[in-house]
Amino acid sequence: MNVPTNMALLACLLTPVIGAVLLGLAGKRPNLREGLTFATAGLLLLVVASLIAPVMAGQTPTLEIADILPGLSLSLTLEPLGLLFALIASGLWIVNSLYSIGYMRANGEANQTRFFVFFALSIAATMGIALAGNFFTLFVFYEILTLVTFPLVTHHGNAAAKRSGRIYLGVLMGTSICLLLPALIAIWVLTGTTDFVSGGILAGKVSPALTLGLLVLCMFGVGKAALMPFHFWLPNAMVAPTPVSALLHAVAVVKAGVFTVVKLLVFIFGVDHLAQTGAAGWLTIVAGITIVVASFIALKADNLKRRLAYSTISQLSYVVMAASLLGALSMTGAVLHIAAHAVGKITLFFAAGAIYTAAHKTLVSELRGIGHTMPWTMAAFSIAALSMIGLPPTAGFVSKWYMLSGAVAIEHWFAVGVIVGSTLLNAGYFLPIIYQAFFHKPDNNSHGQAHGEAPLSMLVALLVTASLTVVLFFVAEWPLSLARQVQ
Amino acid sequence: MSITQHLPVLQVALPLLAAPLALIVRQRRVAFAILLAASLACLAISLALWNHVQDGSVISYAIGSWPPPWGIEYRVDRLNAFVLVLVSGMASLVLLFSWRSIEAEIAEDRHYLFYTMFALCLTGLLGITITGDAFNVFVFLEVSSLSTYVLIAMGQKRRALVAAYQYLIMGTIGATLIVMGIGMLYLMTGTLNLYDMAERLGPLQGQRPVLAALAFITVGVSLKVALFPLHQWLPNAYTYAPSAVSAFLAATATKVAIYVLLRFYFSVFGQTIFLDLPVRPLLIALALAGMFVASFLAIYQLDLKRLFAFSSVAQVGYIVLGIGMGNAAGLTSSVLHLFNHGITKGAIFLLLGLVVFALGGTQLSRLKGLGKTMPITSIGLVICGLSLIGIPGTSGFISKWYLIMAAVELGHWWLVFLIVSSSLLATAYVWKFVDVAYFQSPETPAAAGRALPLTMVLPALLLTASTLYFGIDTRFTIGSATGAVASMIGAQP
Repeated sequence: MNVPTNMALLACLLTPVIGAVLLGLAGKRPNLREGLTFATAGLLLLVVASLIAPVMAGQTPTLEIADILPGLSLSLTLEPLGLLFALIASGLWIVNSLYSIGYMRANGEANQTRFFVFFALSIAATMGIALAGNFFTLFVFYEILTLVTFPLVTHHGNAAAKRSGRIYLGVLMGTSICLLLPALIAIWVLTGTTDFVSGGILAGKVSPALTLGLLVLCMFGVGKAALMPFHFWLPNAMVAPTPVSALLHAVAVVKAGVFTVVKLLVFIFGVDHLAQTGAAGWLTIVAGITIVVASFIALKADNLKRRLAYSTISQLSYVVMAASLLGALSMTGAVLHIAAHAVGKITLFFAAGAIYTAAHKTLVSELRGIGHTMPWTMAAFSIAALSMIGLPPTAGFVSKWYMLSGAVAIEHWFAVGVIVGSTLLNAGYFLPIIYQAFFHKPDNNSHGQAHGEAPLSMLVALLVTASLTVVLFFVAEWPLSLARQVQ
Repeated sequence: MSITQHLPVLQVALPLLAAPLALIVRQRRVAFAILLAASLACLAISLALWNHVQDGSVISYAIGSWPPPWGIEYRVDRLNAFVLVLVSGMASLVLLFSWRSIEAEIAEDRHYLFYTMFALCLTGLLGITITGDAFNVFVFLEVSSLSTYVLIAMGQKRRALVAAYQYLIMGTIGATLIVMGIGMLYLMTGTLNLYDMAERLGPLQGQRPVLAALAFITVGVSLKVALFPLHQWLPNAYTYAPSAVSAFLAATATKVAIYVLLRFYFSVFGQTIFLDLPVRPLLIALALAGMFVASFLAIYQLDLKRLFAFSSVAQVGYIVLGIGMGNAAGLTSSVLHLFNHGITKGAIFLLLGLVVFALGGTQLSRLKGLGKTMPITSIGLVICGLSLIGIPGTSGFISKWYLIMAAVELGHWWLVFLIVSSSLLATAYVWKFVDVAYFQSPETPAAAGRALPLTMVLPALLLTASTLYFGIDTRFTIGSATGAVASMIGAQP
């Protein structure tokens, strides 16, 4: 492997860290600070993009950072799945920065420097997860991500933030320390390695019963994937400022969760090993139940961000369920859905934040006629909602298509039923919002102050992500080619 | 004979000489200088000794050229060399810290007494660690204990006297049991040299007096280790002692006691015998009880010093658990945690010393908004707290990794579950500090406190940084620990 590619891996990790330090130093001068955020985010995307060519050429650049324990190193490796995740996170960070600046200033949030510093650190941790060369490295960055996002979740510092912060830390650290860590150490003891190897490392070394046990520990141990019953941290984390919910709790953190799930299934457990032992059958069921139950809760949630949070829980389980089917088609769908859901859900959160900033509304029932005053925002919201439901011409259609065909191909009628049923439920909780926004007259409420769209930077951000949702439908072949390599 | 050949005896003799010197000069400055020079020299010596034994060799030093087993032998192998580095390193840092810290906590005309006692305490701890003679262990144990009682009693509050008295009673009972145990071993083997004893015990294994001796020593040393439920003295002692003393004791005293356990179990009795003894399940049970009960009690403390004192009892549980499991990974985790927890707890009590210096106390009610008023100290405490929980990137994670690995290797899944769930309790008591420091506003807005002197900040931050450093670069710690275990059980883990 040539030196520059290796260094690019390290640069992915260090760029946001150095950015965070500079941001902190520039705290007294907001404009410089914001400029630095953009510069860092832009530079990061360039570095990640520079890695596309080598990966497409079939290379897997590797870099060992340090031997933490004898034979167990902190190392970075790039493969297609990680590249896709890194691209999503770093690309959307730029858009999200644009949005954050508008949001934080318009809402007069306190401690903005702390906010941007920890945001950059969260991205660094996400890069570490995306590029992790072994399970151990992934675990290290997974824990770091929990810790550096904690000050963002509790940003407001009030009683509600404190309570949510406690749940956030409790569930994410509790599951990872109590379930994931023992599984990691057990895998290390049983196989002598934690490297991510195509085809997995357990085959031939671990009995079917133990495989099942380890899978249970791993899948519930990844609390960030929000598999029920460890999902409730996510709605609680919505207490954070909306840009945090948008990038972290629709993209970076939760995707780190499902990314870990896919990564473990493919590169640690091994698809073939799981198929032979039948150890993943229960996972399909649990994920399916999560999809349906979360959708029902979303249907009844009146708080917009809460509804979006439960929608996220259900969409995350799509990825888990599709991956657990262990077929090639559904695996491709699962990987693609990581990207498709990311652009769609960030748009929805952007829109929710824009509505809050411009109109100070947080409840679905208050949104009657909002399409008249905020047409662009609601148009973007509608496109993203279509993607969530899985209708063309949006990215969500493509990934759902693959997941559905994957389920049909192996005749897994439970999964087919879940996908079809939940599509109806998705429509049930998104379409009324759109309908009321555009086809109802605004309420003549007593507060009735006139408002227009949110500040321009927020509007631009959400339009960009909404367009991405559509663009991804038309250029789906490119992410698909990456997704197909994940076997 | 060149001076380097006498390093083992100098390791103990230097602080022993420093004690009367400090007493005679009476000048606090001179006393401090003597002590600092002595402890830095001790650190250099211990590092030299550590370096010398890393190839697996053993240094044997005959005091007064009386050859063992007739004379007293000082014997350095990879196990005690590692402990010597910890003790002398912590002594140097804590001394530097104490220069300004005791100004605020101890009357000035007693400073030279503080330094005298500190020197004796250091002598005792280093002596216990380096000697290869059973009776010498007891003598040095008494030297360190008696000086510790005095050091604790120097605390600001009158309750320090009660705490010291409590420790004195408990410590004396412990020492009595230890000397009875050693006496029985002497009775059975006719030797006091530990390594000679080990050879002569071979044919005597399983005899009642030998087992009784082991029981006496286990209980006696466990008192000094503060193994649950013999920990009663520890929370008061740590809470009411001067800050520098708390830091030194927390980092070294219990650790040296654990070393004594390891030495008797594995060098004198041997691993094969130890694995068959009924003491193992007992150690595991008490370790677990300590991990849970003490962590649980820690959550309900209203004074941060006391909270972390209970945490020490819990963390000692981890170390004893590793001993109880008795396999290579378990022992490695014990030796690792002995060091890692030593520096982490040392860092915590030094940071708390900064808080005492600035704000006058560590009651949680005084610490509201500490994240704003003392940002660096607060972050330091959070980092050390993460190490107590065992978060990756901190030294605590490394020891916990080996501990869980030991349980997995034995197939004790229930134990794995208990270890990780006790980490959650640690999260709960660390959270208590986070809550107060970051989510509560100071009641009196102008509680900025005094400016902190560099001689206090530097050791505290250095230890905090090493808590992180030894979580990433583990060559020194893991290398030393695996070497130590190899010298204990004669196998490379």
